[in-house]
Amino acid sequence: MHGVLAMITQRIALGIATLFVISLLVFLAVDMLPGDPAEAILGQSATPASVAALRQELGLNKPLVVRYADWTAGLLRGDFGRSLANDRPIAELIAPRLGATLSLAALAATIALPLGVLLGILSSVHRDRALDRVASTASLLAISFPEFFTAYMLVACFSVGLGWLPAISLSSQGGIVETLTMLALPALTLSLAVIGYVLRMTRAAIMGVMASPYVEMARLKGVGPWGVVVRHALPNALSPIINVVIINLAYLVVGVVVIEVVFVYPGLGQLLVDSVAKRDIPVVQACCMLFAGTYIGLNLLADILALLANPRLRRPRQREARA
Amino acid sequence: MTNHGYPDRRSLLLGAGALGAAQLLPSNAMAQAPKRGGAFRVGISDFATSDSLDPTLVETQFSQHLQWQLRNNLVEAGPGGKLVPELAESWEGSKDAKTWTFKLRKGVTFHDGKSLTPADVVHSFNTHRRDGSKSMTKPILAQIATVKADGPDTVVFELVDGNVGFPALTSSVGLVIIPDGDTDYRRGMGTGGYILEQFEPGVRSRVKRNPNYWKAGRGNFDTVEMICIKDATARANALLTGQIDAYNAVDPRTVALLERNAAVRINRVKSKAHFAFPMMVDQAPFSSNDVRLAMKYAIDREEIVKRVLGGFGSPGNDHPLSAAYEFYDGSIPQRAYDPDKAKFHLAKAGEANLRVQLHVSETPFAGATDAAVLFKAHAAKAGITVEVVKEPEDGYWSSVWNKKPLCTSRWSGRINDDVLLTLGYSDTGTKAGWNETRISNPRLNAIVAEARKEFDTGKRRALYSEAQRIIHDDGGSNIFAFADFLDATSRKLAFGELAGDWMLDGCRASERWWFA
Repeated sequence: MHGVLAMITQRIALGIATLFVISLLVFLAVDMLPGDPAEAILGQSATPASVAALRQELGLNKPLVVRYADWTAGLLRGDFGRSLANDRPIAELIAPRLGATLSLAALAATIALPLGVLLGILSSVHRDRALDRVASTASLLAISFPEFFTAYMLVACFSVGLGWLPAISLSSQGGIVETLTMLALPALTLSLAVIGYVLRMTRAAIMGVMASPYVEMARLKGVGPWGVVVRHALPNALSPIINVVIINLAYLVVGVVVIEVVFVYPGLGQLLVDSVAKRDIPVVQACCMLFAGTYIGLNLLADILALLANPRLRRPRQREARA
Repeated sequence: MTNHGYPDRRSLLLGAGALGAAQLLPSNAMAQAPKRGGAFRVGISDFATSDSLDPTLVETQFSQHLQWQLRNNLVEAGPGGKLVPELAESWEGSKDAKTWTFKLRKGVTFHDGKSLTPADVVHSFNTHRRDGSKSMTKPILAQIATVKADGPDTVVFELVDGNVGFPALTSSVGLVIIPDGDTDYRRGMGTGGYILEQFEPGVRSRVKRNPNYWKAGRGNFDTVEMICIKDATARANALLTGQIDAYNAVDPRTVALLERNAAVRINRVKSKAHFAFPMMVDQAPFSSNDVRLAMKYAIDREEIVKRVLGGFGSPGNDHPLSAAYEFYDGSIPQRAYDPDKAKFHLAKAGEANLRVQLHVSETPFAGATDAAVLFKAHAAKAGITVEVVKEPEDGYWSSVWNKKPLCTSRWSGRINDDVLLTLGYSDTGTKAGWNETRISNPRLNAIVAEARKEFDTGKRRALYSEAQRIIHDDGGSNIFAFADFLDATSRKLAFGELAGDWMLDGCRASERWWFA
């Protein structure tokens, strides 16, 4: 037990250290972007005098080290600072966007992840039979179509054609039914891609284990195909499946900007892109840190779950119990 | 992702009044009386998360719409560029056009009930003029020496130099009137037809009708919601599925498809916006007028209008005025594609094997790269090698435009002929960083200065005509096309004559339109 706890603590410490390194990288990288926020905000009509006035107001004249120190100190207090472009507190700017991103990700994940894993298991049970073939081809198709194409197809079919679902996902009222209707098409688009990945990875992981001698042994004992897959192969294939599930979860949070644009969904990705265009450095940095935090946090979770799911890591504990 | 014909932010500097803007569509509801009610939802293509309600930073059409929902100017630029008294009931200039007296309308109140006073006007103008102001309107307001209240309902502007076009300037979007002392712009306090309910920059805004609005027949909707939709396909889908009632910047390629839908109307309005390949006349090889003429003869304007603008535009004639401007001179012969004449001028300049680099990005207008590549093919027939250099979208206006000897540019309309020619083609414009061709012609400078003080319309017309000829013959800009504005609306909406200064009825659709 101690071994596992120590390992988990170690992973968490490593995650925090990574986050710090990333904060430095983000800060430097964003600072190295060509162009100047004052010029970007004032656009083509910038005059030297107005740029100087704006730079002064934005505090861009301070040295880099001072700005980094101020920024990290703020982050530790949970204060992201204020947007350069519109002077609003960044937390206020990000909170609704993060909420929107997370609810879309949650809905897509609820549809896609269980379905993907289940279909993957079914495919490996029915290996090389009709169901497997169909699932395999369909998942390849879903993965290969670019998301915006899938999205436009779904809009053409369900919004413009049938008129069942809205074409853009921006609602002013927040009833549960209305929210779900609004989120239906983007969530479906994302689900299609994610199901494909999860299905294929689950199937591949189980297939990998199916070649091992102990599975052969189980078959020779006379265990049926379901029993072999679910009771013998699946537990050992769990680690890679957990990994792919969590990586897809991270993708649903940080990688959906195209979907946000097509469905006019005000998520974090759009905010990040808009802010880069405006050189709104604090907002870009805050978004990057949130994305990095999400990735690191979810990877940490994947590591920990994989540790717990892997019997070889549980062995020391079992020995103690037997002794 | 086409934002065809959406104005760049420098054009927002002054807004634009389409004096004499011609219109292809008959207005649908001239005879109808406006009706009240309904929730109007608009999709807007041009927005930013940095949008604010600060009048000194009006950069996008989204903020322009919002400003005019909440606030009024002294003077409104109506359809056809006609000046309509707004918060100023009347105005009068002195003989030398240096002193301008504006009489304010009585009984106008802000949303919080405060009455409009001259002090509000003085504060609103000084918000831009104060030291350290980051206002984009500040350079234009440099011509104001003093602005003072004179009695309970009069404001007097003393200008440094005479300007008969001064009242038109006060219609620019930054010069909306806010209450005296107001610096908390986020409240959206103004005298406009709507009251602010919600504003999420880069996402949406929502306003409700101002029950005490002083303008009859204006501000008709119960609520107006604006939704930021970058993607042209998403805008079209939202209209087709009834999630919005109108949107701007229709992709020209989709016009024919949209017109098949009986519930959709396409509004096509002639604009003042022009596309150009400006050449810097102080840089070799463009310092030779023969080289410039060769470049102007080596472009097939008709083909670019047809292929790049989808036919929704008209060919330019190497000067910046279109028929939408009051003093446009249509008698100047249209310059046509003529590779032989181009070769003749090249030989005269001793540049038979001319090679030039044309810097381009999609930032000035969607399709700019296509236009450049077409020009390259046209010019090849005249023996000119045009090397198309693709520049990053990011920072195009700050590091390419007005820096490279030959690039791609777009100008939205300006309020009047004077503002356009002063900014783009005079020494004053060079100092302000707007004269993209660096033309410095003493006669042109003199004309612009003289016409600005000339009250006599006939004399002004003659002066501006000469200016157009000088730019056409000697200028550095290859002005190849004027764009049309394309908006799509539901047929349920009704409106009068449409303005051509901005898309969606001069960014005043919320104020002027109603549900039939």
